[in-house]
Amino acid sequence: MTREELERVVADVLAGIAPEADLASVKPAEDLREALDLDSMDFLNLVIGLHERLGIDIPEADYPKLFSKEGLLAYLVTKTGG
Amino acid sequence: MGLFRMPSLGADMEAGTLVEWLVKPGDSVKRGQVVAVVETQKGAIEVECFEEGTVEELLLAPGQKVPVETPMARIRAPGEVPAAAAPAAPPPPAAAPAAAPREAPSVAKAAAPPPPPPPAPTAGPKVSPAARRRALELGVPLDRIHGTGPDGAITVADVEAAARGAAAEAPTPAPAPAGPVSPKAEAVRAAPRRGFDPVEMRKAIAAAMSRSKREIPHYYLATTVEMARALAFLEAVNRERPPPERLLPAVLLLKATALALREVPELNGFWVEGGFRPGPGIHLGWAISLRGGGLVAPAIHDVDARPLPELMAALRDLVGRARNGGLKSSELADATLTITSLGERGAEAVLPVIYPPQVAMVGFGAIVRRPWVDDEGGLVARPVVQVSLAADHRASDGHLGSRFLAAIADHLQRPESL
Repeated sequence: MTREELERVVADVLAGIAPEADLASVKPAEDLREALDLDSMDFLNLVIGLHERLGIDIPEADYPKLFSKEGLLAYLVTKTGG
Repeated sequence: MGLFRMPSLGADMEAGTLVEWLVKPGDSVKRGQVVAVVETQKGAIEVECFEEGTVEELLLAPGQKVPVETPMARIRAPGEVPAAAAPAAPPPPAAAPAAAPREAPSVAKAAAPPPPPPPAPTAGPKVSPAARRRALELGVPLDRIHGTGPDGAITVADVEAAARGAAAEAPTPAPAPAGPVSPKAEAVRAAPRRGFDPVEMRKAIAAAMSRSKREIPHYYLATTVEMARALAFLEAVNRERPPPERLLPAVLLLKATALALREVPELNGFWVEGGFRPGPGIHLGWAISLRGGGLVAPAIHDVDARPLPELMAALRDLVGRARNGGLKSSELADATLTITSLGERGAEAVLPVIYPPQVAMVGFGAIVRRPWVDDEGGLVARPVVQVSLAADHRASDGHLGSRFLAAIADHLQRPESL
């Protein structure tokens, strides 16, 4: 999937977790958890949502790669086969 | 004949507004069944029934706000004879002893500010039983109906006119759809969180916390717990599980607290009528901050007896419902001790304020890496968490509190036993 498509998926999953969260307002290198006030339960729900929507495995060891917006999107691009 | 009453969902609740009924007369109900949705300062709550039987009559219409303990419905016990097709017109809600508590949670009541005067509809216009029934069917609050009968009494025609008027105005998010079909609780859950007013919630928190600090002589203890084993245990467990089955550190903290309470039951319960009353089980309140402000601490029941995956599922479900609506009345009323866990981005330590009439509250700071002296005397970097206890000095002393914190620490060193 393309980066743009994946960004829409992420925004969609986030909407179910933190309705007021605006992914577009997050800068690429910013920590999503800080920027959108996500606690560890919210972050787990984000991972679960992406796992279910995209059918990809996201090992816990990979979580640190997902903390920034650009890191998350790059990770998803790779995982979904570009 | 049992009366189903407006429940008290915590020390800070004085009144509630019926949003909708999920049952109708003639329905049979079981213990624990969700029968109504009530709007409180903590948002819309699904209220469970604690009697078994048949709904004989609904005494409140959606939109009515009544004090805690006001009868809301009559429930006929199994085997009881129906009240002769009810020619005996039931007393309107106003006639019921609205503010008289059934059983005295008297300490709570004594200190709480007096309940507000019953709102207008309960003092009420005259309403014929038929009109009252029609209003319930159509979901029209009686206080919005202009009566044209003798002495301004509300007639069936008035109810129907009001219903048509309401439909024409297409009012704010319509209450229950009219008709006999009970909306499913699931539908309630799917709907956006209703009735959550940050200003009202702030008032509820202010009332409970002011009472806590006014009445409860708190003492505080804290200790630092090394978390390397616990986190290694979680990592190993999670490596083999897909995301929906993974555990968070929070669930270890929750279970360790419950097991420690088994060893120190003096901290699990309530201070009522000048003495300690043990909790009926280990039901732990979990403080959840809400987006948009505010806090609720619904209970997870029997934490000590449930395996970690089940507790994790319960925690996820609870957080979701706290933030989106759909908490149950038993969850708001049953906590025997409350935990606040600040989470990974929180401060390192917290000194909690006890939620009355509970006698203790446990706080966990963020898990952080800090210098630690290991068993060989070497200085190493380790994940640690600060665990704190706020306890009611009327009910216990620091010696007992220290034993309790030591028990929590001990369980966290043996994560496989959780």
